[in-house]
Amino acid sequence: MVEWFFGYLAGATILLSILVVLGRNPVHSVLWMLLMFLHVAGLYLLLNAEFLAATQVIVYAGAILVLFLFVVMLLNLKEEMRVRQFTGGWLFRGLIALGIIYVLRKGLEGFRVEFKGPWSIEAVERATHTKALGQVLFTDYILPFEVASLVLLVAIIGAVFLAKKRLRS
Amino acid sequence: MVPLYWYLWLGSAVFAIGVFGFIARRNIIIMFLSIELMLNGVNISLVALSHYMQDLRGQILVFFVIAVAAAEAAIGLAIIIAMFRNRATLHADEIAGMKG
Repeated sequence: MVEWFFGYLAGATILLSILVVLGRNPVHSVLWMLLMFLHVAGLYLLLNAEFLAATQVIVYAGAILVLFLFVVMLLNLKEEMRVRQFTGGWLFRGLIALGIIYVLRKGLEGFRVEFKGPWSIEAVERATHTKALGQVLFTDYILPFEVASLVLLVAIIGAVFLAKKRLRS
Repeated sequence: MVPLYWYLWLGSAVFAIGVFGFIARRNIIIMFLSIELMLNGVNISLVALSHYMQDLRGQILVFFVIAVAAAEAAIGLAIIIAMFRNRATLHADEIAGMKG
């Protein structure tokens, strides 16, 4: 049963990613991407990561892609849709992508899961997933957490600075 | 129980599709979406490994990747808007002002 769910989610994810890359109209690409993010959230649910599934839907699908849609609609894409969407030699670039898959597979060939951490499914279930994640995040990873908040602050200020109109002096 | 390898296959496939989109498309918005695709491929692998190794550190990493992706999207889209205002194009080949 779980395998069927995985098969559906994985197939839809790959198909939608291909549609994102091949689409001619950027608005369509962004909407396919939205659907693909929802399927990835489903994969996270299969892996017992409820909090990350919610974050994926709220932050990625809710915030980042809405930002993308706003920007795509701000820009005038009429003449962009008329030019050829691929560079010359895209076949060669496709071979490069296949080569990347091959290298990743070769690198993982000897990999076995031997290490088992303390957070088994039962332990996560007992603590609930959000609480377990929070415990690890706010004890061992408190410094990266603070740095992430600084990164977001820099991004806010930088985005305002870059996108605002230059005032004529 | 789904084997770990299926998830790793899926993650590398999504990553490779993202790489293809980044190097084969010339529309800046699609290139940017391809970067998000690559990040998602890595995220799938990280969550799967975290689940099968019974350790939450992979999921913490995914959390940070999502935070950085949000920052990156804000900055990148601001750059795209500024560039479109000055050059009125989204075609990556026409933005060669810094080429030597």
